[in-house]
Amino acid sequence: MLGLDKKDTSLLLLVVVLTMAAPFLLNPFPEGSGMAQFNAGYPDLMQRFVIFGIFAIGFNILFGLTGYLSFGHAAFLGVGSYAAMWMFKLFGMNVLPALFLAVVLSGLFAMLIGYISLRRSGIYFSILTLAFAMMSYALAYSVLATDMDGPDQQGLLQKGLTGGETGLQLTLTDPRIFGEASTEDGNIPVPNLFGIEMRAATDLEIGNWVFTFSAGYYFAAVVMLISFYLSIRIFRSPFGMMLRAIKSNQQRLNYTGLNPKPYMLAAFVISGMYAGLAGGLMAAMDPLAGPERMFWTASGEVVLMTILGGVGTLIGPVLGAGAIKYMENILSKINSDILHSWFAFLPDGLEDFVVALIYPFIGKGWHLTLGIIFMLVVIFLPGGLVEGGQRIKRLFGRGKSAEDANKPGKATTPAE
Amino acid sequence: MGILEVKGVNKRFGGLQALGDVNLSVAENSVHAIIGPNGAGKSTLLNCLVGKLIPDTGSVMFEGQSVLGRSPHEINQMGISRVFQTPEIFTDLSVLENMMIPCFAKRDGAFRMHAIESVAAEKEIIDKAMHMLDDVNMADKKDMHAGAMSRGDKRRLEIAMCLAQEPRLLLLDEPTAGMARADTNNTIDLLKRIKDERDITIAIIEHDMHVVFSLAERITVLAQGSPLVEDTPENIKGHPKVREAYLGETAVAA
Amino acid sequence: MDAIILQILNGLDKGSAYALIALGLTLIFGTLGVVNFAHGALFMIGAFCAVTLSRLLSISHEVIDETRTDFLGNPLKVDVPYLYDIFGETTGAAIIDWAVPLSILFTIPVMILVGVVMERGLIKHFYKRPHADQILVTFGLAIVLQEVIKYYYGANPIPTPAPEAFTGSFDFGALIGFEPNTIIYPYWRLVYFAFAAVIIAAVFAFLQFTTFGMVVRAGMADRETVGLLGIDIDRRFTIMFGLAAAVAGLAGVMYTPIVSPNYHMGMDFLVLSFVVVVVGGMGSLSGAVLAGFLLGILESFASMAWVLDTIPGLNQIVIYLVAIIILLVRPRGLLGRKGVMED
Repeated sequence: MLGLDKKDTSLLLLVVVLTMAAPFLLNPFPEGSGMAQFNAGYPDLMQRFVIFGIFAIGFNILFGLTGYLSFGHAAFLGVGSYAAMWMFKLFGMNVLPALFLAVVLSGLFAMLIGYISLRRSGIYFSILTLAFAMMSYALAYSVLATDMDGPDQQGLLQKGLTGGETGLQLTLTDPRIFGEASTEDGNIPVPNLFGIEMRAATDLEIGNWVFTFSAGYYFAAVVMLISFYLSIRIFRSPFGMMLRAIKSNQQRLNYTGLNPKPYMLAAFVISGMYAGLAGGLMAAMDPLAGPERMFWTASGEVVLMTILGGVGTLIGPVLGAGAIKYMENILSKINSDILHSWFAFLPDGLEDFVVALIYPFIGKGWHLTLGIIFMLVVIFLPGGLVEGGQRIKRLFGRGKSAEDANKPGKATTPAE
Repeated sequence: MGILEVKGVNKRFGGLQALGDVNLSVAENSVHAIIGPNGAGKSTLLNCLVGKLIPDTGSVMFEGQSVLGRSPHEINQMGISRVFQTPEIFTDLSVLENMMIPCFAKRDGAFRMHAIESVAAEKEIIDKAMHMLDDVNMADKKDMHAGAMSRGDKRRLEIAMCLAQEPRLLLLDEPTAGMARADTNNTIDLLKRIKDERDITIAIIEHDMHVVFSLAERITVLAQGSPLVEDTPENIKGHPKVREAYLGETAVAA
Repeated sequence: MDAIILQILNGLDKGSAYALIALGLTLIFGTLGVVNFAHGALFMIGAFCAVTLSRLLSISHEVIDETRTDFLGNPLKVDVPYLYDIFGETTGAAIIDWAVPLSILFTIPVMILVGVVMERGLIKHFYKRPHADQILVTFGLAIVLQEVIKYYYGANPIPTPAPEAFTGSFDFGALIGFEPNTIIYPYWRLVYFAFAAVIIAAVFAFLQFTTFGMVVRAGMADRETVGLLGIDIDRRFTIMFGLAAAVAGLAGVMYTPIVSPNYHMGMDFLVLSFVVVVVGGMGSLSGAVLAGFLLGILESFASMAWVLDTIPGLNQIVIYLVAIIILLVRPRGLLGRKGVMED
């Protein structure tokens, strides 16, 4: 289906089902119950799942296939956000043109940075991308935020192109030539898709459960599914094969009459465009863009997501993005009171001890947990969550798979 | 006029004269061996032919066109393929994928953006790759991880990959180095068959005299960066200068 | 002229920190071939060694001061450090005042221990893995170390002052014959620079004049051969890692009066230090030191008012800009040897 083989089609369908049913699946605990804090089915978080999923999918096309570790991909995320914001300010609140400009601009920016950075490989490439991203951050933070309107004017460029530390925001005085500068009741209009507001949501109550369906989430989810589908196509294409060949043996590729440079650049630009798309979506969900999105820790985060989920695998980056965003939002909410209530069944002394033992890893300490998990993954599970899943599957399905392998004909099916 | 004409090539590394005024002519459809003791400049010469190094002076012409200043992939697209001393294959890819890459390179050139098409739909490339694998008796290994194969298999795969591009000139850099006798003989047989079946010129750098004398039609002896003699295998065997270069002056005096 | 000297001086303290961290990074990369993203964390741990010692020294017990009363009229309770009881009030106060320099003694063994544990426990297993894996695992370690420190010391910077004798500034300009009050320079920054110079000299002397150092230098030039000679490279590598950790830690200890220690200072310095290493030349010790000072001073020049008026924001991007240019036109860096990770 759609030019995919059976296995990829079922993977895609699975992801489609999961993302579409996410408001149900991520809200398994009834409202008001003690476990409700583990519910992740609220629009804000679900949007982050899919948006960072897009970011990680794109990063994986570069790092997973070619092995080139970029430490500056957040720069493209930032460019995407700023581009989308300017579309909102200048032309109107429809998200499609905003995303379009976000993708185009970040692609151009990636072409410039990639063209230079790809002249080096290995750690030098990592440091070049890092340096470029940090430069972009510094520029967005200061230079591009200086008043370009002149002293006495209060125009569009009053806070420069980026708005500096406070970020780029919408105002009532923005022109929005194809839209309205302000709504009838005098508010700043919100991003929409042909009139459907991104923040619109309806609640569905079933018993004690409350499920929220947000237009913004579903729009972002559809964009993510398209991105995911395209990434499968890229992985299965001759282009994807060339990228894996670059990772495997660049010398042989050179002496096979293929020029690695344009392949690499194309991969870099594609992954930059994915990042820009994610950045644009972030602005569409919450119309604000700040320089911190370009800081190198943001670049580090997408590296973490990709590795944690499974670098070079199709679904891994999405899983990694979900896992990290879930931890960030849910793990960080647990405090010592909640811990005490969980372990209340233990004798008092033991309860305090257990709580004290766990406490450093939750709440504000969730980064510690993340760091430890990440290290364990790099050391013991280089294939990330996906490899972990496969190992578990193999563990339980050992008898069955051995049977499969004995069946004649299986080994001779073409590798597709 | 040979298919490959090397004229007056010099290459220095700092104070070391790696190649000094090398002239070499490889006749079309011949097997030409380049031998010489360690440090004679064989590998430097080879690297000058494939674009890895650029000579300080001199010219390298392939089928009447200069290769100098071109990058390795351009030179390869002109029709020169190279087999490395240690087999250079795509170890993380399957055997079939390894074989498909040169087929793509032959059909599509140095770069083509085919990011949405499916590899599985490239019937013509898969067929050609399977045919090439069949030719070296590796069709049954097509789904194997290329890095997991034996050294001899890797060598056969590498040679087959080079042939898939239908090169006019095949350069081999000590193709049997570090191989067991049986693997060496298999490789010799394979190269003989290639020579007989195809319209191809082979230039080979080799230490193993058994390999050289089984294959070569002409031999150039390189010593200290310069060609010493060039002749047929029969004449080379008894040549005093060759014995001197290989065994040292004292041996000849004794 | 005085302005130029002032900027050079201003660049020295940051440059010293860059140079010390980059020196350690280069030692580790040159000998072990490992790209250590956790090196900034070692710098940070050093800084927190100073915090820890100054807290330890100030551990107090409550004493009721009968002569004074608090606002409720009760006798005032005052905290008296145990050190006062042991050494008397004057000596005790002096020891507390000198906590930062004293921490040097405390930091060296701690950092060597941290370094050795890190190398034996983790880095060792990554010698043969690709650089990308090394970057990733040490990046993870850096996050963990940073978060542990954050857990115990909080997220806010902890002011850790220099001894009173070194607080304040002096008129450097007047000393070297300029108009008074043209070049005012804080004492501690000069101390830091002198300290860094001593450490750098010590490291170079150690590598130059000891057998151990000779083996290490040989190992940096050609690791395989030295390994073949039957020299126990492994043990020496471990010691090297400990040494590099100690250098980073010392850089951190003495930096505390300049910037109050906070949990993310390591990461802040790491990114720049890597850039320094690359500019100096991967694997070149003197390159790392030279580039450290050069970039520190360059950054200081770029922060001058008239420069910022001409090219706003230059101070924040100048190091990256230089790094990009260097990487493109001279990939081996200022003093890097040809062929060391050049591509």
